[in-house]
Amino acid sequence: MEALDTLLLSRIQFAANISFHILFPTITIALAWVLVFFKWRYNRTGDYDWMRAYFFWVKVFALSFALGVVSGITMSFQFGTNWPGFMESVGNIAGPLLAYEVITAFFLEAVFLGIMLFGFRKVPGWLHTFATVAVAVGTLLSAFWILVLNSWMHTPQGFEMRDGVAHVTSWMEIIFNPSMPYRLIHMLLASGLTVAFIITGIGALRWLMGDRSHELRKTMRVGVWMAALLIPAQIFMGDMHGLNTLEHQPAKVAAMEGNWETRSNVPLVLFALPDEAARENRFELAIPNGASLILKHSADGVVPGLNDFVAEDGTVEHPPVAPVFWSFRIMVGIGFAMLALSWAAAWAMRGGRDVEGLPRPLLWAFVPMALSGWVATLSGWYTTEIGRQPWLVNGVLTTDAAVGDVAPGMVMSTLISYLVVYAVLLVAYIGVLIYLTRKQAQGNESEPRRGDDTGPAINPVPAE
Amino acid sequence: MTLFGDPAIWLPLAFAALMGLSILIYVILDGYDLGVGLLFPFATPDERDRMVAAIGPFWDANETWLVLAVGLLLVAFPLAHGVILTALYLPVAIMLIGLILRGVSFEFRVKAPAPHKWAWNTAFFAGSLMTATSQGWMLGLYVMGLDYTGVNVAFAAAAAVFLSLGYALIGAAWLILKTDGDLQRKAVAWARRSIWGVAAGIAGISAATPLMSQRIWDKWFSVPEFFLLAPLPILSVVLLAVLWFALRRLPTEDDEFAWLPFTATVGLMVLAFVGLAYSFYPYVVPERMTIYEAAAAPGSLFIMLIGVLFVVPVIIGYSALAYWVFRGKATELRYD
Repeated sequence: MEALDTLLLSRIQFAANISFHILFPTITIALAWVLVFFKWRYNRTGDYDWMRAYFFWVKVFALSFALGVVSGITMSFQFGTNWPGFMESVGNIAGPLLAYEVITAFFLEAVFLGIMLFGFRKVPGWLHTFATVAVAVGTLLSAFWILVLNSWMHTPQGFEMRDGVAHVTSWMEIIFNPSMPYRLIHMLLASGLTVAFIITGIGALRWLMGDRSHELRKTMRVGVWMAALLIPAQIFMGDMHGLNTLEHQPAKVAAMEGNWETRSNVPLVLFALPDEAARENRFELAIPNGASLILKHSADGVVPGLNDFVAEDGTVEHPPVAPVFWSFRIMVGIGFAMLALSWAAAWAMRGGRDVEGLPRPLLWAFVPMALSGWVATLSGWYTTEIGRQPWLVNGVLTTDAAVGDVAPGMVMSTLISYLVVYAVLLVAYIGVLIYLTRKQAQGNESEPRRGDDTGPAINPVPAE
Repeated sequence: MTLFGDPAIWLPLAFAALMGLSILIYVILDGYDLGVGLLFPFATPDERDRMVAAIGPFWDANETWLVLAVGLLLVAFPLAHGVILTALYLPVAIMLIGLILRGVSFEFRVKAPAPHKWAWNTAFFAGSLMTATSQGWMLGLYVMGLDYTGVNVAFAAAAAVFLSLGYALIGAAWLILKTDGDLQRKAVAWARRSIWGVAAGIAGISAATPLMSQRIWDKWFSVPEFFLLAPLPILSVVLLAVLWFALRRLPTEDDEFAWLPFTATVGLMVLAFVGLAYSFYPYVVPERMTIYEAAAAPGSLFIMLIGVLFVVPVIIGYSALAYWVFRGKATELRYD
């Protein structure tokens, strides 16, 4: 019983840490490239509005980056304090991947960040551009290595077990494991969409506050187009990722679909309350043959069911159904809301109608959607990570075998401390975003309207 | 070469050296910005902005050395990582919360509305204090063998105080280097006050380690080791004397020798670190687990070594670039 308590508390603590952490890389991965784009447009056109956009969003970037760094450090300690079994068992594989994440990526970001944030007036234009690109490449590499490791935990290969310890047989097989390309692209697109909706959400708020600056118009156009172009790609990529999961982790897909029996003509369940005790769905609302069509591309395709993953003695070997089922639906629902909103906005802004073309209800809809990327990303991660249970490394190491021998009271006390700190920081983060937005909107409102002015000539040597 | 004969011998050694180097660089670099945080309550609001400006462009990269150090422990010595971090569960958690508070306060204190600034200043100080004391506590407990006995806890508490004073000293020394005028004069006074704690701390740990373990006693107090190692304590005393003398005279008219306190403090830290490393080798968990017992498979170590050897010079190169760009006295930090 005591071991179970430590296990559950450690899992909640890890989930809390990693959920809090992922919010910020999700922003910085894509926002770094948006900043590169702003800087590039400034270098090409000399239009200082692009730098105004850069300076506003680089503040958001700096804040998000700091929160990402500090919560990321917490993660690297958690492996040792709460999950020593993970490194003892698969350390030979997880170790080098984490090491490459730190050495290639983390440093690239952290060192050039100083020049990117504060160096605009101190270094030549090309070096400032280079620092911005270096930080963007760093965040991308960071994401790559972490997703390699995470994907390997879902679809492990390229190793052999000797005395309970994994030893590497092929690094190529480990790095390019079957789910890696799908998961990586899915996550990068999620980051892009999160940023697109934060940009449009904050932009819409500024517009509603009376900001009519050219800088705002430019960022709104970038944000709306980014959202409208990325969301169909993401829906396609999500489908591909689902098919990949069906091949390698059928139990997870069965939980996502809420399908209990392996059979053909499986309906697409839109709403249901999965009941694990009775092993059936209650209040089911479904589209006939839908799941078979999506997963097997034919109405009588056979889709695996959860009952296949119950051992002879009744031990359940599939993930908990309801959380996977629901988080998947939240993610997909937000995805389609993003599609509707961004395409409506792109249509309303067509042919030079610009931000004026957006009706007020549409502007107001963008404001709460600023956080939609976060919610969708978190639900997506809950789907895939809870869907991996009871395994920590699929088929290799169970979660309960990896947990450390720490008294439940200790884990409880640290868990509460982390939760309090995270709650305060999240409120402060959103509060500061709103404050910066208001300040920017007021600053631009009071400024005289500008045409094509190029701003103060403080950086006379644009790169290239 | 026999040294490179058996990869099960030289790879763990190489990684222990790299990990030691990361810890040393971390303690020096993050030491000075944690120290600046510890001195925060003694400064006026304007001075606080200049103090943050003196560390703002660097702290992110400085803190990353901790990630590299714990990362190397995690990946190169997975068995020791679990033992050490579960034994230090609570202080690690306190340190992490301290690092979180400290790190985010940098950003929040300049971006939050002015009436909230005091709260982030407090969080900045509290975070620096939590980090410094918990690191000192962990160092003390590690030196004493990771067991929670009465003596060990008392020693750990003393180490928490001494390491914080050490960070305050190097923080003040950094401010002497990076600021001028009243703040520089104040920094000299702060450094003078913390130097005694540092001397006591180094002496205390130097005395405690050989007394704790017969093995460490024999490593230091036998011939010829005793004479070969004599430069370590002698140089430490010399550096302390130089530091004490310099702090009497600073600041000078033309700002000459402003670099001296920082350099001397770094020297002291290096000497103390070399002494500790010599005492504990080959153990990674004191008297319980050697680096060879705790190491990961040679194949995995080798693939990491390639990455590390390629990247560490690059890191040092562009760290130097960042320090060059933000050289000289600290000026106001501006995004635009």
